[in-house]
Amino acid sequence: MAYSSKVVDHYEHPRNVGSLDKNDVNVGTGIVGAPECGDVMKLQIKCDAAGRIVDAKFKTFGCGSAIASSSLATEWVKGKTVDEALQIKNTEIVKELSLPPVKIHCSVLAEDAIRAAIEDYRSKQSRLAGAETAAAGSR
Amino acid sequence: MKLPIYMDYNATTPVDPRVLEAMMPYFTQDFGNAASRNHEFGWTAEDAVEKAREQVGAAIGASSKEIIWTSGATESNNIAIKGVANMYREKGNHIITDVIEHKAVIDPAKYLEQNGFRVTFLPVDKHGMVHPEQVREAMTDETILVSIMHGNNEVGTINPIGEIGKLCKEKDVIFHVDACQTFAKQPIDVETMGIDLLSCSGHKIYGPKGVGALYVRRKRPRVRCEPVIHGGGHERGMRSGTLNVPGIVGMGKAAELCVQSQAEEIARVTRLRDRLKDGLFNRLPEIYLNGHPTERIPNNLNVSFLYVEGESLMMGFSDIAVSSGSACTSASLEPSYVLKALGLGDDLAHSSIRFSIGRFTTQEEIDYAVERVCAAVEKLREMSPLYEMAQEGIDLSKVQWAAH
Ligand SMILES: Cc1ncc(COP(=O)(O)O)c(C=O)c1O
Repeated sequence: MAYSSKVVDHYEHPRNVGSLDKNDVNVGTGIVGAPECGDVMKLQIKCDAAGRIVDAKFKTFGCGSAIASSSLATEWVKGKTVDEALQIKNTEIVKELSLPPVKIHCSVLAEDAIRAAIEDYRSKQSRLAGAETAAAGSR
Repeated sequence: MKLPIYMDYNATTPVDPRVLEAMMPYFTQDFGNAASRNHEFGWTAEDAVEKAREQVGAAIGASSKEIIWTSGATESNNIAIKGVANMYREKGNHIITDVIEHKAVIDPAKYLEQNGFRVTFLPVDKHGMVHPEQVREAMTDETILVSIMHGNNEVGTINPIGEIGKLCKEKDVIFHVDACQTFAKQPIDVETMGIDLLSCSGHKIYGPKGVGALYVRRKRPRVRCEPVIHGGGHERGMRSGTLNVPGIVGMGKAAELCVQSQAEEIARVTRLRDRLKDGLFNRLPEIYLNGHPTERIPNNLNVSFLYVEGESLMMGFSDIAVSSGSACTSASLEPSYVLKALGLGDDLAHSSIRFSIGRFTTQEEIDYAVERVCAAVEKLREMSPLYEMAQEGIDLSKVQWAAH
């Protein structure tokens, strides 16, 4: 089975490979998949004070389609608010990369990775807000 | 050097030009039916078929009378296993094989299991080897057939066929060997190794696809197989159908050429394979050899590259044709059952690549492959979250993965 030219392009020139500081409160990290299943994706987002995604990075263990799906996901989330990023659907990834049916799970994993990263970011932010309220109360 | 480079000789081999040349007249000029007993066309075809029978028999120390033509090793395995089971079912209903046989052995064995036979699938050791003691322990009074492969097509391990054959002789059990990967390329002697049935194929030895052979012992003991294909009683009644004369001529010639250069070719291919292995192992940390370290077919190198997935790795050197045990490359979405049977975790199975080389592989190609593969592994490790976690000192086996 031949790969689509877009998958090959993302594989050969992956966008946004790397890592952000996972301890930064403005960074959300999502790790999905499992080595036994043959794919693990780590997707990270970094947001500004207004909750807009200003940076995104990924690392993926998986087939070419998994790498391309996560690379595309980082491209797409950048510049979006977290609410907008949650609207990204795996079917759009499938369409953009022309993924065959056997590779649809790669796009699902990329969508899951976006969600997991946003969830992590939000839970950090609400913990931070909670800590600030607590600090304000004790003052 | 011409690209792409072919390093998948365990899957199939190109037809040697000398083989093609030998085949050519039998398509258009000497096109007779080998079963036509009454004219020149038939006699010419029959002579050619008998010559090929001798060439194939000679490669394994057998008489030409003991060679049955088939469409390939899949069919040979089917005739051997189902044919013996059906012929000897009065004698017993137990068959012994192992878990890393080719599907062309496993599936007929499973079919028999569903039809009243008892089949023992022996486990293999971590190198993919079956030990004679295992076979001995599995044998019962009901055992009629033992089927163990010579060289494994995926991990390359060579089984101690001679010892298992001796055991089968002692116990009066028929011994079948799938020698698809070793036929004519490794020394095989059906007498000293105690082999009763042996499967082989044309396209693994620089011959054409769609032709194979089954050796069926005629003396001490005389082995008989019920046919799988009925219709005219060709091939001593064991395989009906008009013979594929050009294919058979090609397989005979291919076997002869392999035998002629066997010793030099083993030495040459071993040297190239070891050069590939050393090139990879000297440069890359955390890679693992799959299969036996020494008892293996010379042209096979199966390696797991920890932290990178096999299919993506193959994409990284798409001008080199290899195969992978990764699920992504198979229809089943399961990683290789062979690697799993060797005890590899799914992660290592997903990370495996099989390189297999042969007659037309050059040292230049090997050096090119080392460079390309190492560069791809290094690039993908930089991209791998697993590699990053391992570098941070995280024990990957202890991580709670969010499996999907
Ligand atoms: C060990 C083994 N057995 C059987 C086969 C099947 O052979 P054929 O393609 O001739 O049917 C192969 C090749 O794929 C093989 O490697």
